[in-house]
Amino acid sequence: MNETTKKLLKIVSDWTGEFTGAYNIREDGGCAGRRSSEHILIESKKDKPGLDIRILPGTKGETVSIPACVTHGDVDDLVYNDFFVGENADVLIVAGCGVHTENGEPARHNGIHRFFLAEGSRVKYEEKHIGTGNGAGLRSIDPVTEVFLGKNAFMEMDTSQIGGVDKTVRETSATLDAGARLVIRERLLTEKEQTAETKFKVDLNGEDSGVDIVSRSVARGKSRQNYISSIVGNAPCTGHSECDAIIDGEAFVDASPQLCAHHNDAALIHEAAIGKIAGEQILKLRTLGLTEQEAEEKIIKGFLS
Amino acid sequence: MLVLEHVSWSTPDGKEVLKDISLTVNDRRLLALTGPNGGGKTTLARLIAGIEKPTEGRILMDGEDITELDVTQRARRGIGYAFQQPVRFKGMTVRQLVETAAGETLEETSLCDILSSVGLCARDYLERDVNATLSGGEMKRIEIATVLARHARISVFDEPEAGIDLWSFAGLIKTFNTIRQETTGSLVIVSHQERLLRIADEIVLLADGQIKGMGSAGEMLTQLLSTGAATVACCKEEAVCHE
Repeated sequence: MNETTKKLLKIVSDWTGEFTGAYNIREDGGCAGRRSSEHILIESKKDKPGLDIRILPGTKGETVSIPACVTHGDVDDLVYNDFFVGENADVLIVAGCGVHTENGEPARHNGIHRFFLAEGSRVKYEEKHIGTGNGAGLRSIDPVTEVFLGKNAFMEMDTSQIGGVDKTVRETSATLDAGARLVIRERLLTEKEQTAETKFKVDLNGEDSGVDIVSRSVARGKSRQNYISSIVGNAPCTGHSECDAIIDGEAFVDASPQLCAHHNDAALIHEAAIGKIAGEQILKLRTLGLTEQEAEEKIIKGFLS
Repeated sequence: MLVLEHVSWSTPDGKEVLKDISLTVNDRRLLALTGPNGGGKTTLARLIAGIEKPTEGRILMDGEDITELDVTQRARRGIGYAFQQPVRFKGMTVRQLVETAAGETLEETSLCDILSSVGLCARDYLERDVNATLSGGEMKRIEIATVLARHARISVFDEPEAGIDLWSFAGLIKTFNTIRQETTGSLVIVSHQERLLRIADEIVLLADGQIKGMGSAGEMLTQLLSTGAATVACCKEEAVCHE
């Protein structure tokens, strides 16, 4: 793998020179390294670019890492990765994507990830996105995540875009069976003239299923963000979504939460707050010895942590 | 040592809120500011912290004129300020806030000492966000903890009893008794509560933006209680405090 990939891997997947557990490193559309484990099998798809990752029933405490890096301009990388998680497995899946361009040409990664969780399985899914490099080349990452949670399955999705991505459209959809739970934590930072669209669509189809979505974002400069969420309760279920955004400069944030109770016992809640950093927060931190700028950075860092 | 010399403050539209305030708080002394609502107590506390600047007069700390220093500069010189209405932060933990106050990463034992001095168990609170999930009383204690963590030369507490429930109040008195004994700096507390006023060395009665009386706690309390200017702790509260 090249040096840019190594740098990006450190940022998006805490790479320290090697991965523990199964992994596949995608570099500019090719494979820069792969290892399956006894319980986690990684194979290339036959019909399109991407991977089938099979996690055997009962697999506990293992990690699978599938980072993708675009390391120069004029690359438009499209990949389909499917995860099949066996019954009662409990694993950590680390994705993450870095796009880098220096030559003024665009660099794009479009990862379509599907998760099929069998009954009683648990997954923590971590996904970190970043854009790096100089020049006017557009850095874009457009992740699509589709989640299918079987009976009593649980998935926690921790996703963040931590800077440098000029354009992103993030689409997440999920379908939950009885007793399944989905937790989504999203953090987004846009600056300059970057744009970010993030869409969530969750169908709570099974009795006692539940979803909790918390999206926190910071929009600076002249950046634009658009948040759309839709939770549909088709059974006795609980749904909560929260969208908090800090705006600064000339940035815009649009938030459109939608709750659809299609069952008498669906309990759905939405909270949203958009605004500048509260003056009292800055003042409090200044009384602790921070300058106004240090206080703002501290508040934003905490907000996106 | 904190010295205020002929300090006055008016609102931007010219309304005079504080008039010719002069007072001194020596090291290891606790001065309580009391008086009716709207009398200028909080404004005076904010002037000391640098949140507002006097329209006239000077503020000196250990002999240095700090009148023109802003909030950050005064904090760095050693002024601590506890807000009457503590501020909440989404995404900042109690640990992060207290360590920000201390200006350094703290050992677990130090964090535990600071939080236990305001009656909170570090294990239960350090990793909690300073957000709306904390009650008013919990927020108030954490606010006080942020000032204690600073080991300030001058610590100003604006109505620490406000929003504290009856059970927490007993602990609050204990906390301020300890602070009073251990501090090497100067303490200023804005309060209406008789039990807090009792532990002061001096009490200043502020009304209509002017000092209407100043003296030892004993002398002033007799005067205040006869005029009803301080809230007399109720019997129930006394019972709680003596437990």
